[in-house]
Amino acid sequence: MFGKKFLTLVAMVMLVAVALVGCGGGEEAKSNNAANNESDVIKIGVYEPLTGINAAGGEMTVEGIKLANKLYPDVLGKKVELVIVDNKSEKQEAANAVERLVNENVDVIIGSYGSSLSMAGGPVAKDAGVPVIGCSPTNPLVTKDNEYYFRVCFIDPFQGTVMAKYAVETLGAKTAAIVQDVQQDYSVGLSKYFVDAFKELTGDENAIVAQVNYNTGDKDFSAQLTEVKAKNPDVIFAPGNFLECGILVEKARELGIDVPILGGDTWEAEEFLNRVGGLKDIYFSTHFTAEEPVTELSSTFLTKFAEEYPDKQVNAFAALGFDSYLLALDAINRAGSTDHDAIRDALAETENFQGATGFITLDENGDANKTAIIKKVADGKFVYETKVEPK
Amino acid sequence: MTLETFLQNIANGISLGSLYALIAIGYTMVYGIIRLINFAHADLLMVASYAAFYGILVFALPWWVSFLLAIVITTILGISIEKIAYRPLRDAPRISALISAIGVSFLLENLGIVLLGARPKPFPRPEEVVWNIHLGGISFLSLAIIIPVITLVLLIAVNLIVNKTNVGIAMRAVSRDFETASLMAVDVNKVVVTTFAVGSGLAAVGGIMWSLQYPQIDPLMGVFPGLKCFIAAVMGGIGSVPGAMIGGFILGMGEVMLVGLMPELSGYRDAFAFVVLILILLFKPGGILGEHVVEKV
Repeated sequence: MFGKKFLTLVAMVMLVAVALVGCGGGEEAKSNNAANNESDVIKIGVYEPLTGINAAGGEMTVEGIKLANKLYPDVLGKKVELVIVDNKSEKQEAANAVERLVNENVDVIIGSYGSSLSMAGGPVAKDAGVPVIGCSPTNPLVTKDNEYYFRVCFIDPFQGTVMAKYAVETLGAKTAAIVQDVQQDYSVGLSKYFVDAFKELTGDENAIVAQVNYNTGDKDFSAQLTEVKAKNPDVIFAPGNFLECGILVEKARELGIDVPILGGDTWEAEEFLNRVGGLKDIYFSTHFTAEEPVTELSSTFLTKFAEEYPDKQVNAFAALGFDSYLLALDAINRAGSTDHDAIRDALAETENFQGATGFITLDENGDANKTAIIKKVADGKFVYETKVEPK
Repeated sequence: MTLETFLQNIANGISLGSLYALIAIGYTMVYGIIRLINFAHADLLMVASYAAFYGILVFALPWWVSFLLAIVITTILGISIEKIAYRPLRDAPRISALISAIGVSFLLENLGIVLLGARPKPFPRPEEVVWNIHLGGISFLSLAIIIPVITLVLLIAVNLIVNKTNVGIAMRAVSRDFETASLMAVDVNKVVVTTFAVGSGLAAVGGIMWSLQYPQIDPLMGVFPGLKCFIAAVMGGIGSVPGAMIGGFILGMGEVMLVGLMPELSGYRDAFAFVVLILILLFKPGGILGEHVVEKV
């Protein structure tokens, strides 16, 4: 066995290593503070989940933002500096992350993947009067009553309707079951809009035969799915984090539930695909697809993404991150200054802005009205199925 | 609820309950001997899972070699933790050792995040161990049979070690009184190391089984089962090995049945565990099997 001294030494080294890693962030923050906002850089703050349950989503988004920054590094003749902060997939940390960006005097903020995280960060930005561009939070409450929050994606009332319509009209469903994550505003909100649309489309008040809940981080869904199976629905709608949903969908098939399973835009993640790649009849809505480039910028994005990240799948979150960054630059350009309110006003007036995911016009809530894409899982890949235009 | 659904729920409950029981046994065994709630137990699960994961996927070892190695590595780590973090505090107030255990737990979790990355990894399921079983209308994984069997075998083995062997006699002596036992020529250090070796081995088996059942591993994966299984151990009477088994089954079966019988309450599933814990402790403060066996492990 090891000597006592050796083990003690190993322990000391480990402790020091952890302490050093912990301090890294702090020093970086100090040096950033030293260069204040009167300097010759424009600071764009980014708060995204880079660790925790939504890490993959944050990572994809940040890849898109970094790519955009590399291609378009200047605005108003100044260099753009990204200040990226991890919100750890936790609501409290999301609020802290925005606080930290505000203290670092960023000119505009981008973020965050995950509606709950954005809803936690939103009020902090609003109080500080810093404009925020959401890349992929789809819950309507993110921008509601917050004149500083905007977004480049569609919202859940539309997304829920699209999926309900697809279930009823294309899959011929007459009944549906809902499996939702009660801790995620995204999941609960999207389920509600799906249910409303589904009832209306089928004309049947009792079309939802089962509704079961789980919590973020759960891994055992056997009981909930057994309940769903007993009710024998035509489709299952299960919007939620890609990690839980991967296990959930796999478990559903193990239990012998073979009806189509539908979800939302969060499902477009490598982790989800790894779990369910071999399974059939899995559909979800998303924002962007390589098969249907909508603007000139889409093609630019696709080529540059493939060059920058040759071993990665192009995805909607990278595209939305890319667009958020470009919209931020565009707004600063139109505002002609880095004054927060001038940028905010410029953002509010955004009309027909060309992004990789489509032309973006922001409505009075700061939301974008955009095309939804439906994809399915086939042979270990996400495959383009169809697209749905907004009304 | 139809008969089919009921049977399916029973199968789900057994597979969850036996997993809780398996992990709870490790908690209770360490507590029974040295009166320390080993918070790092939950993180040993994680270490074992990652060891097995890297063994299979990176070093391309056969699954059983990889699982055995994972158990060995975890056991060595468990013994080292005892030497570094618990032994120097053996004469300190009990609360100090407890805090030290929490510290070790955080250290392992954060080391995991830094060294292994925070993104979850898919745990491989060897076809020889995990397959789907369809019986009439109910379907379950082979694990729903394998895990209860392993749990039962380990339960019996631990009971035999504690009650029938010389080491076991020494363990029980140490559990009653450290000083007197050492005066009676019992090598306390050796007994404690053995306890931790067995406890860590149990954690490793629990971790591997957990990862097979829910095949997604991340550095914080131990937190949730750790908490639930600690509850199961306290429910059954902490220190009592059969108690941990009973506690685990009550908890697992209860959670599944709660969702099965009242689907609209399915979001309150975790709250259920705590409510049951409070109720049991109100009526039986020592836990279900706590009072009689607590001194004996």
